[in-house]
Amino acid sequence: MSHLAVAKTYKLFIGGAFPRSESGRTYQAHDHKDNFLANAALASRKDLRDAVVAGRKGYAAWSKATAYNRGQVIYRIAEMLEGRRTEFVDLIMTSTGASNRNATTEVDAAIDRLVHYAGWTDKLAAVLGSANPVSSPYFSYSAPEPTGVVGLLAPSGSPLLGLVSVLAPVITGGNACVVIAAEQDPCAAITFAEVVATSDVPPGVINILTGRITELARHLAAHADVNALDLTGADAELRESLEQAAADTVKRVYTPRGVPDFAAAPGTARLRAFLEIKTVWHPTGALALSGGTSY
Amino acid sequence: MEWEYSPAPESSAIADVKDRYLPFIDGTFKEGSGEDRDTINPGTGERLSTVSTVSAADIDRAVKAARRAYEGVWSSMPGAERGKYLFRIARLIAERSRELAVVETLDNGKPIKETRDFDVPATAQHFFYHAGWADKLQHLGLGPAPQPLGVAGQVIPWNFPLLMAAWKIAPALAAGNTVVIKSAETTPLSILVLAEIIADADLPPGVVNIVTGAGDVGSALVNHPGIDKVAFTGSTAVGRRIQRELAGTGRKITLELGGKGANIIFEDAAQDQAVEGIINGIFFNQGQVCCAGSRLLVQESIAAEFIERLKQRVETLRVGDPMDKNTDVGAINSEAQLGRITALMNAGIAEGAELWSSSCPLPKNGFYLSPSIFTNATPSMRVAREEIFGPILTTMTFRTPDEAVTKANNSPYGLSAGVWTEKGSRAMGMAAALRAGVIWDNTFNRFDPAASFGGYKESGFGREGGPSGLAAYLDTDDEAVVR
Repeated sequence: MSHLAVAKTYKLFIGGAFPRSESGRTYQAHDHKDNFLANAALASRKDLRDAVVAGRKGYAAWSKATAYNRGQVIYRIAEMLEGRRTEFVDLIMTSTGASNRNATTEVDAAIDRLVHYAGWTDKLAAVLGSANPVSSPYFSYSAPEPTGVVGLLAPSGSPLLGLVSVLAPVITGGNACVVIAAEQDPCAAITFAEVVATSDVPPGVINILTGRITELARHLAAHADVNALDLTGADAELRESLEQAAADTVKRVYTPRGVPDFAAAPGTARLRAFLEIKTVWHPTGALALSGGTSY
Repeated sequence: MEWEYSPAPESSAIADVKDRYLPFIDGTFKEGSGEDRDTINPGTGERLSTVSTVSAADIDRAVKAARRAYEGVWSSMPGAERGKYLFRIARLIAERSRELAVVETLDNGKPIKETRDFDVPATAQHFFYHAGWADKLQHLGLGPAPQPLGVAGQVIPWNFPLLMAAWKIAPALAAGNTVVIKSAETTPLSILVLAEIIADADLPPGVVNIVTGAGDVGSALVNHPGIDKVAFTGSTAVGRRIQRELAGTGRKITLELGGKGANIIFEDAAQDQAVEGIINGIFFNQGQVCCAGSRLLVQESIAAEFIERLKQRVETLRVGDPMDKNTDVGAINSEAQLGRITALMNAGIAEGAELWSSSCPLPKNGFYLSPSIFTNATPSMRVAREEIFGPILTTMTFRTPDEAVTKANNSPYGLSAGVWTEKGSRAMGMAAALRAGVIWDNTFNRFDPAASFGGYKESGFGREGGPSGLAAYLDTDDEAVVR
């Protein structure tokens, strides 16, 4: 007797849990042949607000974690993703129609991307910070800190690699994020949330919503407790209106200058976009004046 | 015994203030086609000079000149040569430093000891520091050959007219950009003296263009289609508007906006030093400083005694003629600003905060205000939340370090904060916990071109000074694109 498949219910990922949309709404995800694939949760504005609240809590824990710890956790995401490699290859083939080879390339690249960023966490201060040779008796240093809660519009067309490429640099810097998954690819995004949920990522650091970008994004852009936006997944028209909404709370906005090539080696623009430089001054007093400076 | 100071005024003769000043476009001083504006000496309330302002057509001319200079000479000039121009400007500023200090004090109203000892030397140093970067951009960690952005449109405020010009012009030029910069409505003079220096330095025409006028001129400048980069220092309200207007343009923006800096005094602080630091934090430049320590948070156990001590010291501040070398607190920059400060003061009184003011005598003419302290404020009051931008300190108390952090961070702003404690670990722990771009431990209002400056949250984004300040004027987007 053949096994009757047990289909997965795709829900949202908020604060480390998998709730349905509070609105009770769903929408249909289709495969590349336009056949029914699954029902995905159609997130509401209230879900988005819940996700921002969870993000703020996640930020509090994640921004205080040591850089070494953050690196280990991000590496752990790569480990978990490696373990579910076949599942993602199948999912990408089904939803996008990619060949086995191309789907495998995408999954492998996503795993490697996470490893790349796992190694960044404890180098950011060395690369982006400085000891400042000020001309007065003070020790002054500048160092990067996370911006806070980042709203992220995931790109479409690259269900896993695109998502990982925009999400990983944000959390590498110590930020939390609220991701609006690509509308056509909710299944890969929520399956990735399962990877996150088993990777020691503190609850709320990564929150993933599925639904209509045109419905949700404007609330994300206008939300006063969101500090920054990544508009990779928005088209030109939507970008402009979201940038306008973001101005009311002086959000940092990252807008790629073209269609990003996620297969290429990542630079540092995405890391830098969600970091603040803090400068600290501390007196050295007469001792330092007589003994020279410490840098 | 009564100890009184005799007046010790600096001579205004060295400034040789002209009756009329002109905008500087494409290497020449030419009449603008906007309306003339009188600039007022805030210390006396009298007209100081008249400035010709620019029209939209003049801005267009300036942007085109900057584009020609960018494409024709500046972007292709070797960095070492660009640097030599900046070094030259730094030297010329130092040579005319007393003149610049006097012009600045006459036009702005800040005490001569501040312009002489801070504004002008820091301006020269800012050019000197950035000059050295011009041929070392490849060492910034932003790739092997970071490229400039093009023409920068820059708008600066009236509180540090000359220094803000340096903060904008020096990094832009070092990175290989050309600029069109708009001076503030009420303080156009010192930057036009800087224009003379730039002309004397033989900087190629169009590399620096200086336009004059009010907010409409600034708006026309930042929205001009020929601009590649916008840098603005000023109020959060205007910063928001600029960000909104530039949505969808892809133009790189840096914003240095308002603040409501917390100055936190722990019970173990060296109290005499803390008193001096608080005074520097809120009365430096009459409190018209975006990073002013305008929210005093005192640990409850010492609050009553400490605030008495603070009042005693504030009582000794000499308020008056900005040109007097003994003046500690000078004039408010304009009648309009005086009105805004007074309105917010009255709102504080209406909300029930107790106002104490120094009994110092104020000059009859000019725009003056007594240094004042709101004691017993609560975090929800307007005077505890909004930027007053004047010599008014708002005082609150806290019990534990955690409460101090919560109260300090409870603000949409995040520009600066101060921490006063003799305990090193607490100072460093607080520095890490405070959400602000600049943290001063046991000091306040320290600035250096080598140390980056800028805000968190609604205090803006982007940095000025230090390596990250240069990044604001370079194309740093290194993400590969398919198309």
